[in-house]
Amino acid sequence: MSKHDRVLLAHGSGGVMSAELIAGFVRAFSSAQSAASGGVGGLSAVPSTSLPAPSPTPLNDQAILPASGKRLAFTTDSYVISPIFFPGGDIGKLAVCGTVNDLAMGGARPLYMSVSFIIEEGFLMSELDLIVASMASEAAGAGVAIVTGDTKVVEKGKGDGIFINTTGIGVVEDGIDLGPENIKEGDKVLVSGTIGDHGTAALLARGDFKIEADINSDCAPLHELSADIIAAGGASVRTMRDATRGGVATILNELIEESTLGMTVREASIPVRDSVQGACELLGFEPVYLANEGKLVAIVGPEVAEDVLVAMQANPLGKDAALIGEIIAKPAGMVLLETTIGGRRILGKLSGQLLPRIC
Amino acid sequence: MKYIDEFKDLVRGSGILKEIVRLATFKVSFMEICGSHTHVICKSGLRALLPDNINLISGPGCPVCVTSQPEIDAIIDFADSNKDVIITTFGDMLRVPGSSSTLEQVRARATDVRVIYSPLGALSIARQSPQKEVVLLSVGFETTAPLIASVLQTAQAEGITNLTVYPLHKLTPPAMAVLLDSKDMRIDGFICPGHVTAIIGADAYGFIAKDYKRPCVVTGFEPLDALFAIYMLLLQIKEGRADIENEYKRVVSGTGNARARAIMDHVFEPSDALWRGLGSIPMSGLSLRDDYMGFSAAKRFGIDITKYTDSSKGTLDCRCADVLRGVINPAQCPLFATACTPTAPQGPCMVSDEGACAAWYTYERTAVAL
Repeated sequence: MSKHDRVLLAHGSGGVMSAELIAGFVRAFSSAQSAASGGVGGLSAVPSTSLPAPSPTPLNDQAILPASGKRLAFTTDSYVISPIFFPGGDIGKLAVCGTVNDLAMGGARPLYMSVSFIIEEGFLMSELDLIVASMASEAAGAGVAIVTGDTKVVEKGKGDGIFINTTGIGVVEDGIDLGPENIKEGDKVLVSGTIGDHGTAALLARGDFKIEADINSDCAPLHELSADIIAAGGASVRTMRDATRGGVATILNELIEESTLGMTVREASIPVRDSVQGACELLGFEPVYLANEGKLVAIVGPEVAEDVLVAMQANPLGKDAALIGEIIAKPAGMVLLETTIGGRRILGKLSGQLLPRIC
Repeated sequence: MKYIDEFKDLVRGSGILKEIVRLATFKVSFMEICGSHTHVICKSGLRALLPDNINLISGPGCPVCVTSQPEIDAIIDFADSNKDVIITTFGDMLRVPGSSSTLEQVRARATDVRVIYSPLGALSIARQSPQKEVVLLSVGFETTAPLIASVLQTAQAEGITNLTVYPLHKLTPPAMAVLLDSKDMRIDGFICPGHVTAIIGADAYGFIAKDYKRPCVVTGFEPLDALFAIYMLLLQIKEGRADIENEYKRVVSGTGNARARAIMDHVFEPSDALWRGLGSIPMSGLSLRDDYMGFSAAKRFGIDITKYTDSSKGTLDCRCADVLRGVINPAQCPLFATACTPTAPQGPCMVSDEGACAAWYTYERTAVAL
């Protein structure tokens, strides 16, 4: 990307060196955009009369996006993670997938994305190259065009390597209306696969615990899986949510807490990898509170639950999908867990930080 | 998962439960004195499965919770007035409410307070920052103390002089004796802590069977471990026995871990300690031996807890002290789930995952609704 082996303060000055850095981004993201437009299940599927490709001027400060009569989904998220590279991904992949998933959970087809970097002086250019390449490849795979962006370089010590913000826009097809307000008594709760993989991979990669385990982050774009769910469940798909920070337990609570209904979940049905369970047993963590970056929770009508489950399992990203619970009349606003030994207790939100036990 | 799932199994669990129901023809109170046991009992929903005449009481088993208010206040004041020092401690310590502040608030006011996951973390920070004083605030029972001792042995061998420790360690058996002597409650048997006993050995509870005629069962941390311990205690009472039994043989032996104890004994010596809720208990804490006094943060920085009074009742009507003695259960505290929650804890028992109030709040607060 550059003849320099480290990011310098001058790379953020707005001058020639900034242009050099940005040119590298433009090269990477332009090829992602053309790959996306080339029909990797993304842009080509959108009728060009309603949402044409953006004008090819990525160095402008904004992208002009036409929207005639369609509903757009719009989301933004900032990504900070330590370590920046972890088993199964890196901050760049996370920044693209996270925003794609936020759009997909609203039933939207992700189309355009902006990316902003805040880079600390001294950051290795080779690492930046890897991050940008991984963003470009994820964006291309997801059919998303990265159309605008920004870069700032901060003095050494004023950042933590690299922070990335991405903002995404997607289109919601007519007839799709997802949200927790649609949930009805008797609905089924599905999870798309093993939980806690990302959280465990990132925790162990940080090296604080000196535990080695073969656990990869599940970081992945979920737009195709969500499209499969909508195709199988139609209007009976009530709501979807990707189970990121706070884990599945927190997300389930967020879906039901404002409701006049309640939820019951069977602990034995929740898919957890042995290696993740093992690490959690050692550290005193619970997989239901660990972050996921490629898992979603879907609540669907009972009449389509089986079809949706089969559709999820047919997608590689949903192969371990499981039906884990139901919507019940009461207690309202609360998730109950049927434990493996047949007890019942509250499955609450994550409160505060995850901490290992002292003893 | 092998060796784990077997201990969470519904079918095996219902078999033991049936036996418990058959045996439980009388009213009994059993105390678990390990915070991780409190946690598993609440988390598995086990209390709701047991017959009404079995009362499980949570004892003083959470390291952060049993730390006395004067000690908490002393370390918070020390941290607040020593902005050049790096304070290292376990995460739960950050949010424990002092009389006027917390370590978390002190950190926001510019003291370098770092969360470590193992005492080795403090050692590596001391190695990396030789120009800085690094203080390790260490809490924990017999399980944690050998690790701290081993870190100090390493530090001494390496000639590290910028690391000091403020030990707040507690020893379990002396506290059990105080609880048994207590006039305002009756404990019919103990569910003994698995991790602690792995160090001290099951034989350490011999005096409870011999002098107090109460049964003890050492057990593990899966739901079926807890169920089995309850069954074994009931059976002992039914048969008129008071023995020390070990359900956790896959980890714990009668004599414990002699090597860990030797390391602990090399660095620390037993001393009187102040417990929240239980007051001063003779020979229930650990002080540095003379050879290791160079690592004493209290000595190097002149931390003097006698300046602080024991206002362990806390600011409002916090009843952590009574919860720790098992005199009330968390839901009987007037602040429980109203003024006191895990995000706004008024007392230490609501702070730590191992605290009884936090476990009740997280898993059992609406037992009524269930």
